Amino acid sequence: MALVSNLEQVERIAEKLVEAEKIKGRSLWQDGMARFSRNKAAVTAVAILVAVVIFALVGPSFSTWDTESIDWNRMSNHPVNGRPSVENGHFFGLDINSRDLYMRTIQGIKTSLLVGIVGTMVAVIIGTLYGAISGFIGGTVDNLMMRTVDILIAVPYMFILILLMVWFERSFYMLFVGIGIVSWLDMSRIVRGQTLSLKNREFIEAAQAAGVGWFTIITRHIVPNLLGVVIVYASLLIPAMIMTESFISFLGLGVQEPNTSLGALINEGAGQILYGTPWQLGFPLFFFILIVICFFFIGDGLRDALDPKDR
Amino acid sequence: MALLNVDNLSVSFTTPDGLVEAVRDVSFQIAPGECLGIVGESGSGKSQTFMAAMGLLADNGITKGTVDFDGHDLLHLTPEEHNTIRGEQVAMIFQDPLTALTPHLRIGEQMAEVLKVHKGITGAKAQELCLHWLERVQIPEARRRLKQFPHELSGGMRQRVMIAQAMLCNPRLLIADEPTTALDVTVQAEILDLMVKLQKEEGTAIALITHDMGVVARMCDRICVMRLGEFVEEGTTDEIFYNPKHDYTRMLLDAMPRIDGERAGKPLAPVAEGAETLLKVDDVKVHFPIRIEEGLFGRKVPLKAVDGVSFDLRAGETLGVVGESGCGKSTLARAVLQLIPPTMGAVSWIGKPLQTLSKKEMIPHRKDLQIVFQDPLASLNPRMTIAASIAEPLRTFQPGLTSKERKLKVAEMMERVGLEPRLINRYPHELSGGQNQRVGIARAMINKPRLIICDEAVSALDVSIQAQVIDLLKELQAEFGMAMMFISHDLSVVREISHRVLVLYLGRAVEFADRDTIYEHAAHPYTRSLISAVPLPDPKLERTRQRIKLPGELPSPLDPGASLRFMPSKLAEGDRTYLPEFLESEPGHWVAEHDSLEDILKTAPSVAA
Repeated sequence: MALVSNLEQVERIAEKLVEAEKIKGRSLWQDGMARFSRNKAAVTAVAILVAVVIFALVGPSFSTWDTESIDWNRMSNHPVNGRPSVENGHFFGLDINSRDLYMRTIQGIKTSLLVGIVGTMVAVIIGTLYGAISGFIGGTVDNLMMRTVDILIAVPYMFILILLMVWFERSFYMLFVGIGIVSWLDMSRIVRGQTLSLKNREFIEAAQAAGVGWFTIITRHIVPNLLGVVIVYASLLIPAMIMTESFISFLGLGVQEPNTSLGALINEGAGQILYGTPWQLGFPLFFFILIVICFFFIGDGLRDALDPKDR
Repeated sequence: MALLNVDNLSVSFTTPDGLVEAVRDVSFQIAPGECLGIVGESGSGKSQTFMAAMGLLADNGITKGTVDFDGHDLLHLTPEEHNTIRGEQVAMIFQDPLTALTPHLRIGEQMAEVLKVHKGITGAKAQELCLHWLERVQIPEARRRLKQFPHELSGGMRQRVMIAQAMLCNPRLLIADEPTTALDVTVQAEILDLMVKLQKEEGTAIALITHDMGVVARMCDRICVMRLGEFVEEGTTDEIFYNPKHDYTRMLLDAMPRIDGERAGKPLAPVAEGAETLLKVDDVKVHFPIRIEEGLFGRKVPLKAVDGVSFDLRAGETLGVVGESGCGKSTLARAVLQLIPPTMGAVSWIGKPLQTLSKKEMIPHRKDLQIVFQDPLASLNPRMTIAASIAEPLRTFQPGLTSKERKLKVAEMMERVGLEPRLINRYPHELSGGQNQRVGIARAMINKPRLIICDEAVSALDVSIQAQVIDLLKELQAEFGMAMMFISHDLSVVREISHRVLVLYLGRAVEFADRDTIYEHAAHPYTRSLISAVPLPDPKLERTRQRIKLPGELPSPLDPGASLRFMPSKLAEGDRTYLPEFLESEPGHWVAEHDSLEDILKTAPSVAA
């Protein structure tokens, strides 16, 4: 008798579930994507960014020039001969050394996007985990981990970079190592502070009472609730990374001539601004600002999208 | 001639989702010297009615109708004109006295500011007046309090300061918005007595906004019952309580738990004969080291949050744990669950000691030991759907389930606690408090645990929802036979659900007996004063009831003599470190040593001094 009624009950619930199936199960991410796609500014920013990436990928096929060769015919009188022009194929004009700026800008976009995204990802992943673990465990571990960060922040990172340069060969990968070393420190501090205020919330205690292990608590309960702060900080970090790259390259580590990056191009262009060649600054700066603004809007959109309270 | 005349008042708010009507066509009067109660559950618009009258609505609020205060049309005043009436003629006190007092101003300065603005009184004369009112609201050592900051005072004292400040200009109308909701019962009783006294002596009219039927029964002459922005019933207190006309009023009265008997809800299932003893708690102590400023580096003293509590719990039994805030109820719960390791003592679960287990070894036991928290919203991860929250214990303890099986189990449990399975994708902030608490219960119940600890699980809910949740807990207990530890500051609720009751006072048990013994033949003075302080939703009984008032404020738990508040004879002997023993006075009725109530009341002045 009890079994029959139990069976009926299960059937009834199963029916209701089928009904509920129509409202599909959503995760935070699916939900977030739906909300993100409703944010016009963020979607536009993604579209522009995708356009920039496509431009960087297919742009070279429209040009007859490459990034390195010098246009010997237009060596003199840059303000006149080096102007952007469609006829001679220098769409963005010539750079200070009479190389094609169009190709060099494209190369700069590639380098800078890669550096910005990879550097920020290193910061986000290492910094978030490090900070969350430190804050969540607390006590002596927290003290040790945070004092380590303090020491690393206190050591001038230019010094570390010069040491790296002495020990290892110059290469593009060393750039990522250099950026990776410094970028996660601030992030871990911010995340730790947020974790401290989160870890005494009742839902964390509820998870502990439910027997959830500490690492799962961090990944399932703490980190998703940190996303807002992390994403906003990350969207500010991307332009900072791009600038850091040009500084590191200037020191002689990382991107070296004839390779280039947006930061390096802006630097060169700014130096020539008084000599009547404004395009040398204008084109790289335009793409730099475009990329930075796009990341700001995307970051904003992501933060709103991943907060279920905001809909 | 009415003092406040509200006519067809409507309040609505423009929001991105359209117009929200908070108050609809409300009319009422308050006569001079009268106490009008506005009763309703959360969201009924009772506060907004008065916020509108006081010109304190949020910017997106729109009002219609008229509010006439002694010839002034309150809805159409400029902010300056409003300011002359607010504070001087009409004063307000709020639920949370800590947020209503400016944290960086001394008590004396805050109070003097009111006098300066409204009466132009400053300096020594203002201080004198402030002192006078602080004494009238019976704040001990009033002169010293003038120099203190709000955070240095206890909750009850802060509310007294609020009342004193409100009364400074002898207002003709006092609007009290849930003035005692955040306070302990004994403090609540004192604040209510104080308000009654002021009403009688000063002839101030009071508008009392509350959700608590017991409070209105004690205080009010007339009552308006409000629901969804409308008045459903209005009448004298006796009419409302003894002859309610509207179904909603009747439902509110029926849902109210009563300390003097049982509500007409689900009866409590008796504990089966020879039921297995599941939990044994033996002399558990939880001490937190507190740094006090003393000497160069300060020194650490133990704060004895729980100081030697013992009890046992059988399958299918509910143990009620009551006490005022800061008595260690929640700490005790966490010590039982090993969320806070006990400093001393033993917790054994079906004969197995838990306190010696490591965190890892503890995890398998967590399947049987679950907890439901006070704040339903705070105890759910805001970024997880409720189904994911409910499923979390399943993922830990039954990892073999497929996601489909898990979903079915979650839906089954949601159905069982009265949640529609179609809500699975909702986030906690999209549900009401009652629904969220059901989610919390579903999460605790999903693995069919054998012990559930409810830490103030119904305190944040409206009475009607509270009654439903209590019935649900009783049903689940009857069905699954789990043991429960029900922690609450609300003695009426505890009476309804518990088989036995443990009374805590500053981390120590003062009385432990079965329910009827505690509520009808309480032996310890503390228990008796607690019970007598609870307001009854019955105006006639309320008027004749004698309250037992213990002298003095709740002492600090750091004070070694604190536990001797009920043994002034030992204090008189100068033995400040003596700990009262916990003795079995009759079989099953344990009482801590104490002096007789008469002796405590007699010796009171010497203790206070």
